[in-house]
Amino acid sequence: MNSRNDASGLRVRLNEQDRAMLSGASGDADRLAMSVIAQMADAVGAEELISVEQAHLDACALMSTSSLEFIEHIVNHAGHVRVPTTLNMVSVDLRNWRSLGVPGEFAEQASRIAQAYCQIGAVPTWTCAPYQSYLAPRFGQQVAWGESNAVAYANSVLGARTNRYGDYMDVCAAITGRVPKHGLHLFGNRRGEVLVRIRGVHPDVWKHTATWASLGHFLGRAVGSGIPVVDGLPHTVSSDQLKALGAAAASSGGIALFHIVGVTPEAPTAEAAFHGSEPEHIIDATPDILGCAWEELSSACAGDPVDAVVVGCPHYSYHEFESLVREVEAANGACVAPSVRFLLITSAPMHALAERSGWVDRLKAFGAILVHDTCPFHSPIVQKSARTIVTESGKCAYYAPGELDVNVSFGTIGDCVRSAIEGAVIKEELQWTA
Amino acid sequence: MDGVIRGRMIVRGTAEGRLVLSRISISLWGGVDPETGIVIDRRHDRCGVDISGQIFAFPEEKGSSTASAVLVELIRNGHSPVAIVTRELAPIVALGSIVANELYRKSVPVVTLDAAGFNQLVDGTNLHIGTDGSIRMRAMREG
Repeated sequence: MNSRNDASGLRVRLNEQDRAMLSGASGDADRLAMSVIAQMADAVGAEELISVEQAHLDACALMSTSSLEFIEHIVNHAGHVRVPTTLNMVSVDLRNWRSLGVPGEFAEQASRIAQAYCQIGAVPTWTCAPYQSYLAPRFGQQVAWGESNAVAYANSVLGARTNRYGDYMDVCAAITGRVPKHGLHLFGNRRGEVLVRIRGVHPDVWKHTATWASLGHFLGRAVGSGIPVVDGLPHTVSSDQLKALGAAAASSGGIALFHIVGVTPEAPTAEAAFHGSEPEHIIDATPDILGCAWEELSSACAGDPVDAVVVGCPHYSYHEFESLVREVEAANGACVAPSVRFLLITSAPMHALAERSGWVDRLKAFGAILVHDTCPFHSPIVQKSARTIVTESGKCAYYAPGELDVNVSFGTIGDCVRSAIEGAVIKEELQWTA
Repeated sequence: MDGVIRGRMIVRGTAEGRLVLSRISISLWGGVDPETGIVIDRRHDRCGVDISGQIFAFPEEKGSSTASAVLVELIRNGHSPVAIVTRELAPIVALGSIVANELYRKSVPVVTLDAAGFNQLVDGTNLHIGTDGSIRMRAMREG
């Protein structure tokens, strides 16, 4: 341990406004934020900073003593965002934590964190799917986003430009409006690296969102932090499917940008995605490979008793509500088994839309518990005693064994609904081979 | 390993400790318990190991952008590794250490090695990390 790191001896070139912030003249929040940005520029080898036009903050999600102390330090030293800024999850459902059984002390601290982020001028969106909500960035826009799944979506699907900003750097970027000129902010670094060819896969499997998640899981495993270019996927793909892919790819790997030929904006053709150069290598994604990725996300067996079902990781969209309602209606009035907690995680705005369509009442009658603003990894909403959960989310399936100490059955939304009703793991066999 | 491995110092500092070497990438969030410093990712090769007070080496960071906040909390509560060594540049880990220094005047050195250097690391050896990014093996008495 030592305390020798500071802003002295910086190599990065700063402009007049940057130096003014660093001097502390406008308060210690500006000084700290610029100091972190400048030191990170040196860490990644950036020679100068660039301006960003928007930010999405993930730093409000983790509840710890230091996460509260960080943002309260910013608030107490006149910190305020310089660009429009949205917020990721917080550690509780801000309205319904009591009925979810969250301890009061925990909720109180999480609410303090939430309040502090509002005080610095951020919009209280409280969602990990900001790209399906307010202030989605535009193509080519320089932004500073946190939350790995949101970063993957913003870069890949929207064509906005951000690096995968870690907690507190997102806050520092929002306060200063500046980031190191580095990485995915620069067009040349957005070139595809690995070509992934979909080979011999039955077209029907792509109708399941979970299939896109298992592809994402495979991509993260196969390319780590690289930039994959996927060729051979259907060109009609929903926002929710791309969301599932990106979230899984950013969990099993560090993928911040992927290209899908004919689908994502920087990949009208494979040549365009590779900026005219050759792929570094080529991988064929066969039915076997995708089937294995799907299996790898599960540790529970068919028939195991189910304690909880989790859908909405990342936060459920309007159309995901609709798909769930369709599955529930297909069950002809059957409800969630008494031993199972069916958690549907979403944002307050999506809840409002779903409510207008009558789906909230329908799903509550089925036995679903709607949770807002947060997620099972940041808020204690899955029972401590839970041993087995079922999910259609690749990200949830990836993190749940470590974070929640449970076995997971990964499956389709139909599997989730049927397992919830039976109180036991049910898995539909997919026909992978064309 | 004998002699010196030359690394690039990403976050400055010195450290001495036993090496916990991992061969696979990790996200500190979801990978390490922020209250205890114990590796909790069941898919990870060092699952169950306490990295508090050790030098933790892994090839690259992955996954969640909350990892930096986990490192800040580990540094605050005294359960952090004494140094982190990676093969690929790990900006989110570096960020955690830089922020902890701003907030608490405490940080851990972060060093990046090239592949050849990383491959020379031996799990369980006692290492000294110098301010210039050099890594030396230290003789160590058992117990």
